[in-house]
Amino acid sequence: MATGSRSEIILEELTAVVLLTLMGAAAIGMARQRNLYGVVLLSGIYSFLMATVMVVLDAVDVAMTEAAVGAGISTVLLFGAIHLTGGTESKPIHRPWLPLLVVVATGAMLVYGTLGLPAFSDPGAPIHQHVAPRYLTEGPVKTGVPNVVTAVLASYRGFDTLGETFVVFTAGIGVIALLGRRRPRRPLDKSREESKE
Amino acid sequence: MMYAVVVGALLVSLCLLLVRALLGPTVFDRALAGNAVGTVAMLLLAIFQFVSGRPEFVDLALVYGLLNIVGTIAVQKFFRYGDLGEPGVADEEHRL
Repeated sequence: MATGSRSEIILEELTAVVLLTLMGAAAIGMARQRNLYGVVLLSGIYSFLMATVMVVLDAVDVAMTEAAVGAGISTVLLFGAIHLTGGTESKPIHRPWLPLLVVVATGAMLVYGTLGLPAFSDPGAPIHQHVAPRYLTEGPVKTGVPNVVTAVLASYRGFDTLGETFVVFTAGIGVIALLGRRRPRRPLDKSREESKE
Repeated sequence: MMYAVVVGALLVSLCLLLVRALLGPTVFDRALAGNAVGTVAMLLLAIFQFVSGRPEFVDLALVYGLLNIVGTIAVQKFFRYGDLGEPGVADEEHRL
């Protein structure tokens, strides 16, 4: 490797900051737009940016999930939903100042709450003293997975991930059971044509 | 150094793409910007694997590309047929 580790860190931090700023811009754009097609496409862009942030943070498989779910499936599902509901958001009847105030106050409290936490990637933080060294030193040996994030997700928390998958699977089955009964297609089309005539 | 220049160029193009996606007068401008953001994200993924010295993850960039294609095809199909469950060519004949 030609690049030193310090310049590498600077590059990664700079990229993360730029990407997060772009994500903020995309989110504001989403909130301000009334054309829902544009909103869905912007949310896909947002997911791709998020996935890239995950890559920069070296969590490759989380990035994979984000790209597959956020940018892939969600976009398709949201377009399907727009097809059923119509593509323009109606203007709000009243100006939502009170909800905005509540949200800003809650956000400010949450940010205030994080002030007491140790700084991001502070090596002296309790979480890095307690289990992280064990994952880092023993993880590759015990699990045989070279990436630490993947080792924790797929091996140390394997049952946890299995449970999550099970929940998502059950939810999917529930949705299919509720919505998946197709009405017969031909009679519907015929009735539509008849109504046109 | 080389990687830094490439990453910088990609970030600048990301900014321009986001501007297009936010301003874009038609939905197709936005769809194209979204597709291009996916491509740039793929390139960034590939570059960052080289920055962190583990280029074996470049496969993931290929999977990104595939996802990007699926998303864009979904958008196109939606605008063509107004429905994602449309079977396509066979149905075209049925309509005719």
